[in-house]
Amino acid sequence: MAPPAGFDIKAAYIAKQIKCERPLNCCRIDPKVEHVVVGGEGGTPQRLNINSGKATNLENGHDSWVFDAAWLPDGTRCVTSGGDGRLVWWDLTSEKPAKIHTVEAHKGWIRSLATSPDGKSLLSGGNDGKLRIWGLADAKPLMTVEASKRDIYRAIFSPDGKLLVSGDLMGGLVAWNVSDGKESARFEGKTLHAYNGGQQVDFGGIRAIAMSPDGKTLVAGGLHKASNPLGAVHEPLGLVFQTSDKKMIRQWTANGITGGIFWSLRYLADGSYAGASGGSTGGFLLFFKPDGEKEIHRLPLGNIVRDMDLGSDGLTIATAHHDRQVRIIKLTARKA
Amino acid sequence: MKRDCTYACHSPEHLLARRQFLGAMAATPIVGGLGVFTSAQAAESLKSQQKRVVVFNMHGGLSQLETWDPKPGTETGGPFRSIETSVPGIRISELMPETAKVMHHLTLVRGVNTSEDDHGKGLYMMLTGRRQTPAANYPQIGAVMARALTDAQNPLPGHILITPGGGGGRGNEAAYLGPKYSSLAVGGGKPPQYTERPRDITESNESLRQDVRRQAADKFLSRRRTAITDAYVYSYEQALRLMSQRESFDISKEPQRDQDRYGNSDLGRQCLLGRRLLEKGATFIQITHSNYDTHNENFNFHLEQVGEFDRPYATFISDLAERGMLDSTLVIMMSEFGRTPNINLYYGRDHWSRAWTVAMAGCGLQKGMAFGKTNEKGTAVTDGQVDHANLFHTYLSAVGLNSNDSFDIDGRDMPMADPASKPIKEVLA
Repeated sequence: MAPPAGFDIKAAYIAKQIKCERPLNCCRIDPKVEHVVVGGEGGTPQRLNINSGKATNLENGHDSWVFDAAWLPDGTRCVTSGGDGRLVWWDLTSEKPAKIHTVEAHKGWIRSLATSPDGKSLLSGGNDGKLRIWGLADAKPLMTVEASKRDIYRAIFSPDGKLLVSGDLMGGLVAWNVSDGKESARFEGKTLHAYNGGQQVDFGGIRAIAMSPDGKTLVAGGLHKASNPLGAVHEPLGLVFQTSDKKMIRQWTANGITGGIFWSLRYLADGSYAGASGGSTGGFLLFFKPDGEKEIHRLPLGNIVRDMDLGSDGLTIATAHHDRQVRIIKLTARKA
Repeated sequence: MKRDCTYACHSPEHLLARRQFLGAMAATPIVGGLGVFTSAQAAESLKSQQKRVVVFNMHGGLSQLETWDPKPGTETGGPFRSIETSVPGIRISELMPETAKVMHHLTLVRGVNTSEDDHGKGLYMMLTGRRQTPAANYPQIGAVMARALTDAQNPLPGHILITPGGGGGRGNEAAYLGPKYSSLAVGGGKPPQYTERPRDITESNESLRQDVRRQAADKFLSRRRTAITDAYVYSYEQALRLMSQRESFDISKEPQRDQDRYGNSDLGRQCLLGRRLLEKGATFIQITHSNYDTHNENFNFHLEQVGEFDRPYATFISDLAERGMLDSTLVIMMSEFGRTPNINLYYGRDHWSRAWTVAMAGCGLQKGMAFGKTNEKGTAVTDGQVDHANLFHTYLSAVGLNSNDSFDIDGRDMPMADPASKPIKEVLA
């Protein structure tokens, strides 16, 4: 797949900032790269128009924070997930978005949503350790996988749609067959889990997962060197696996970032990956090549980042921040 | 009236002062160090009313918003919802579903303002009821209760800390009350270390050995008796009593049903050991649950920690109630302070002492009540404001002591609680 015209990581810049109501947890760009839906430290997700910055509230769907969102292929509907264990389908065609379906989907938070490559299914991962697949159009439950005894932090479909990959608090990184829900492969992600005996807490976990389009490379992100979990002292870490033999082939670290986590990872059109690192050192987009240990470029974001998404155009990135801003980043040179 | 002090040097012993004793006699339900009574009938009567105290120390600063005083839906409320409890109108965090079922046994004090955001100073205040000053050191609640409530013949130490690892070490929390009332750390569901007679020493040899030690000690004490030498002798005798009480610390002796209901966690085992020791006659037990100092990822950590705490704590409360022990046991759940309503950029909450909650249960208290209120965002107390000193007075009052009494320390009256403060009458039964 050739990169889109003008694609240039090293020229990346923040093109726009859009202010939202609450500090943000998540952002997802619609298939047409016209809107971003965001969720934050409140129960009301918002749809933002990327060009105008106009915000539309998605009201009365959740009674807890909103942790993730996903778009339906036509870009007129989306799904949001919350700390209430609820999935809410929204119709965004009218001025006042309406709820289409509300599903009590998990016991506990739903931190992760993903849509299948064919646009027919929705994957949710919950604090109840379950992965669940739903009909994206009708909200009907299709499959449940008992994936973990602890919280699921991130879950994705593989690019061919045949696998689910889940990551949990304990560093469990597992691929599951969509056909029968059985375990297909287990990767060693324990490096991303930390237990501090003095503080008696499990910490870290698989915060981000991405896969190359050919399915040959799997990347998991989170943190390591958690010398003081309660005090936000930990560094971002990415683990790169080759799926053929499940071997970890390299680790991605970031020089000088002593407080950070990879909250999100995305495969880019030139074969590199973007990782959003947020923590006490600040918020950054870090770019890596799968065959290199060190970042090839770094874009400071001006505030701690908590999520990141890549638009279908391959050029537009949205980042969600604590300062209530969504930042729209272009992976191309500024227009004169 | 004082207990006789037979020290040749008249050095400090740590006795209840005259007015405390007289107060105790006047207030019928009072209990006290049972050894102060010469009448066997009175001692027996008081023994039947023996009061006990348990402190759950939520180390690091438990978030009131994720436990006792949730503010769901507000900017400061965080992601957790509130749930109904067994007391209509009192809602707590959804992280405590089992505790919600025993709310009718609990008393919440939601208007605590201690104005101290330092860990060490805050903990000192909560455990002693005083501000820390260079001029004086005050005994912690465990030492005070051990001194005031423990029968001298009780084979168990009066002041016990239960920790995951145990260790058998002695603390240093008794200040002027003396080392006799400092804590003994136990845990792990096992007897304290070194309390088993070595195999190659027979019982008769051991008895002989102790006789020789006692003779030497008596000879020494007849001329040079001090509180420190007394504590030294006491330590030996207590160690011997502990050797005979090893089973009291062994939770494997508890029925499997009880082991199951407390759960397979460190805290579950600590709580079960706590209940077992109370039943065996222990006076004061402190259980520490760590660590709540969640400047980073407060919600993930409270999800994990409060989730672990909820079941053993609720089981402990209901177990005491079922055994008829809750009416004579004061259970306090405290921390050094609460956490900020403001959520920081790491999903953390910082130290906040201006509006937080202490939970209590058991003897001498109104049950199923929430006293005090905070504002909509939980940033300030709007009604029923109290502090560490009020709480300390309340603990003493709840177990039947006159919180205005003093210990007689080398002829000086040392008030048990801050004389400038008073109990929270609204929560006392």
